[in-house]
Amino acid sequence: MRKILKLAVATALLAAGAMTAGAANAADPLKVGFIYVGPIGDHGWSYQHDQGRLAIEAALGDKVETVYVEKVAEGPDAERAITRLARQGAGLIFTTSFGFMEQTLAVAKKFPDIKFEHATGYKRADNVSTYSARFYEGRYVIGQIAAKMSKSGIAGYVASFPIPEVVRGINAFLLGAQSVNPDFKLKVVWVNSWFDPGKEADAAKVLIGQGADIITQHTDSTAPLQIAEEQGVVGFGQASNMIKFAPKAQLTAIVDDWSTYYIDRTKAVLDGTWTSTDTWGGMGAKMVGMSEYTNMPDDVKAMAMETQAKITSGAFHPFAGPIYKQDGELAVAEGAVLNDGTLAGMNWYVKGVDDTLPQ
Amino acid sequence: MRLVLERRAERSRLMGWLSPVVAVALTLATGAVIFSLMGLDPARALYVYFLEPVLWWWSLEELVVKAAPLVMIGVGLAVCFRANVWNIGAEGQLTMGALFGSALPILWHEFQSFPVMVLMLLMGALGGALYAAIPAFLRTRFGTNEILTSLMLVYVAQLIADWFIRGPWRDPQGFNFPKSVQFEGWQLLPTLGDGRMHLGAGLALVAVVVLYVVMSRTLKGFEVRVVGTAPRAGTFAGFSSKRMVWFCLLLSGGLAGLAGICEVAGPSGHLQPAISPGYGFTAIIVAFLGRLNPVGVLVAGVMLGISYLGGEAAQIDLGISDKTAQVFQGILLFFILACDTLILYRIRLLRPQTA
Amino acid sequence: MTGLEAVILTIITASTPLLLAAIGELVVERSGVLNLGVEGMMVVGAVCGFATAYTTGSPYLGVLAGILAGMAMSLLFGFLTQTLATNQVASGLALTLLGLGLSGLIGESFTGLPGVKLQPIDIPVLSEIPFLGPILFGQDILVYISVALVFVVSHVMARTRTGLVIRAVGDNHHSAHALGYNVIAVRYGCILFGGACAGLSGAYLSLAYTPQWIENMTSGRGWIALALVVFATWIARRVLIGAYLFGTVWIMGLYAQALGIGIPSQVLSSFPYLITILVLVLISRNRTLTKINTPACIGQTFVPDR
Repeated sequence: MRKILKLAVATALLAAGAMTAGAANAADPLKVGFIYVGPIGDHGWSYQHDQGRLAIEAALGDKVETVYVEKVAEGPDAERAITRLARQGAGLIFTTSFGFMEQTLAVAKKFPDIKFEHATGYKRADNVSTYSARFYEGRYVIGQIAAKMSKSGIAGYVASFPIPEVVRGINAFLLGAQSVNPDFKLKVVWVNSWFDPGKEADAAKVLIGQGADIITQHTDSTAPLQIAEEQGVVGFGQASNMIKFAPKAQLTAIVDDWSTYYIDRTKAVLDGTWTSTDTWGGMGAKMVGMSEYTNMPDDVKAMAMETQAKITSGAFHPFAGPIYKQDGELAVAEGAVLNDGTLAGMNWYVKGVDDTLPQ
Repeated sequence: MRLVLERRAERSRLMGWLSPVVAVALTLATGAVIFSLMGLDPARALYVYFLEPVLWWWSLEELVVKAAPLVMIGVGLAVCFRANVWNIGAEGQLTMGALFGSALPILWHEFQSFPVMVLMLLMGALGGALYAAIPAFLRTRFGTNEILTSLMLVYVAQLIADWFIRGPWRDPQGFNFPKSVQFEGWQLLPTLGDGRMHLGAGLALVAVVVLYVVMSRTLKGFEVRVVGTAPRAGTFAGFSSKRMVWFCLLLSGGLAGLAGICEVAGPSGHLQPAISPGYGFTAIIVAFLGRLNPVGVLVAGVMLGISYLGGEAAQIDLGISDKTAQVFQGILLFFILACDTLILYRIRLLRPQTA
Repeated sequence: MTGLEAVILTIITASTPLLLAAIGELVVERSGVLNLGVEGMMVVGAVCGFATAYTTGSPYLGVLAGILAGMAMSLLFGFLTQTLATNQVASGLALTLLGLGLSGLIGESFTGLPGVKLQPIDIPVLSEIPFLGPILFGQDILVYISVALVFVVSHVMARTRTGLVIRAVGDNHHSAHALGYNVIAVRYGCILFGGACAGLSGAYLSLAYTPQWIENMTSGRGWIALALVVFATWIARRVLIGAYLFGTVWIMGLYAQALGIGIPSQVLSSFPYLITILVLVLISRNRTLTKINTPACIGQTFVPDR
């Protein structure tokens, strides 16, 4: 038995050696691996990351080779999938969900020569970078549009899970809306899922039934927007441009655009200039895009474009004071801007949200 | 021409061994055809799919990690199903086990000496068993069907866990992300070397051995079989069907709970909302593929593990999609199930007789 | 539209897919077969329904395709469990796995495309009645079918010879066989009916509920449908009650959230499951009634001796 074991270990070592040798060969293209939490066919989060992968292929051609594993469960399965990519000679690995954080770090420790990029996390290492996008910038813009377009003064928000990312989005949306109409109301429904078209549709219907004439969402499917179209109200696309699903209802969509970042980071590995960084880019870094403004009067469009331009240039920050918390406490003083640390871990609502956060 | 089954006088021992071989051969043949139709080299594809997971030390380790919870839950369910107790809520019991077991390391993080591990494992098993006690109580007290109660409670358990992990139990230093503190010291199960294979695998093996002995050598095992196959005879023999429901649900719930805490304290190392990728449901298939026999469950668990790992390897190596892998897995299961028929029956083709 | 009317309309769309899948599975189980593959048949029905409707532009052809796809999947299950006498529980679960994979493959080229919506049939005049009009007379055809199916199945099961035979087969296949009924053929028929209903339910999701195709879009509704059959204690009319109870509690949870009443969403989301359990407990206290309707041979394989 022990002999067999020894033999197995020896073979494994030999093969592993052969593989690393292969990876070191300069003529080989750089293998870039991706781990997705959902199916590429979700047309949301994982889909947009895959668009980024395709952009790398398009931009760098035969200098790179990309591989991916989709529908990887957050947990032990993720560590195995990442390990597998590492063992199969990937030189750069993108792990595209928060739930892969510890697993990414664990694998990175075992493979110090491989570069890792973890999306939306906060733990880094010498060979692990983190990156995320300031989607809240887009949410501020759509909040302004919502307040201009709404007759009832109530928007409905279909939300997934109460994590800082989503809470931040809700706050930014309402701050944008309040900048136009200080009495604007927001109703929130949590569906406890990123991805359940049926439940998302139900939530949208319930919100419309309670008087919301603007539907916005922080879940992945196109269902809420489709309901808006059906019931004659308007709304916003999420993650990708959803105009095909709601030609009359989509005002604009916040588009996740990972391609610029992915191409830059891949180039950095090819040039040997890659270092561990923490990137939190917004409209200025082209990570957050707005699709065409449609179905709205010209003055609203002009306002939206102006806000977008100001955010892009850095002239305006959505979380600029004064900002009051739900209970009336002053959170950011006039003239100050909420710092990134607080923003990253945001777990309180701004004044005017009609919902309670679990603490 | 018509296909009919003819019952054998007794279980065919030969077929018992042969049927899995035939099933694998059929799957290989089908796989070869599918892969060549997709324009892949069938030999390489099959190698990646079936052999690679067992040829490397690290992937063997991964196989064990993947199979351990399936086996641990599967053996418990096998006993349940033998006794005609339909616990299909093992996924919920697993979640509760994970939650109970994690209470100590989360609430008392400084407690990192050896006893904490023992307590965590016990609490995990207790959590699963307590959660399975709900359907047991409702069944024995009110006659409520356990298929519905155990299944519905899965969703409830996941929501409870979700609330804890996003609420009071999240890591205070974790920027309010849904994740508990990282376990440390003996809060983590010991692993073999610095690999990924952890104590959970050993516990799964113990469960297999113990239940094998119980089922084949003890009165309790006899009781389970009698109550399952001939409930009336069981009543005459003085076996209480209520006690049997309790026994089966507590046992399978406890094992599922144990599997849950082993996942969290083993390969995970912390609690996060996605605790299991559906192990509790997959274990139902494992139990039946293993013919409700503890040793069979062990084999079936490993086999299913291979098909998962192979599917993943195929995604990376061959560039086939996750769906193809899943379809392939479905086909494999069908072949195994169909071939098992040969153990009990002979297949005959009948030509239509002219009367 | 008034608030209450909106709520009721939402409840109807949320309950219909559950009802469709459950009523089919009820017939399957009544014949003594436990098909745990509802989710798999549903999801294949959804993708085939969507693909056909998208390609041909006709949602009705889509519905038909959904039905046929569900039947094809159930035929596979029938062949395994009836002709080859495999274990039903395992075969059903394997069918779900296969269905999820297969639907993903078929749907690969159909993701991200807007679907063709099955339009409501507005019955002239009647649908204009305030409040009741849109609820009773302004639904799409599948909603009417789902309710009609309940009454048809209920009638067939209780009052016709066909129903008697199905129940006989489910309660004691040996005696049914001895009486000269072809147990396997009856079960094949029921399995196909169940497949058709599951496929229809899937088509409802991808054509009426949310007209689009997304992988795994059934999100566990097949499992709920399975539970509802047990909830109904195998009585057809109770499936109607069960599906609408589940749908109502679910929508009320969302409604309460939108009102901002401050109960954690996880608690509200767990209500449909807990209330279903609670009501079943109350029902099942009448044990004789439950016993009469429980198919005694459920899940057992039957191979006729020649």
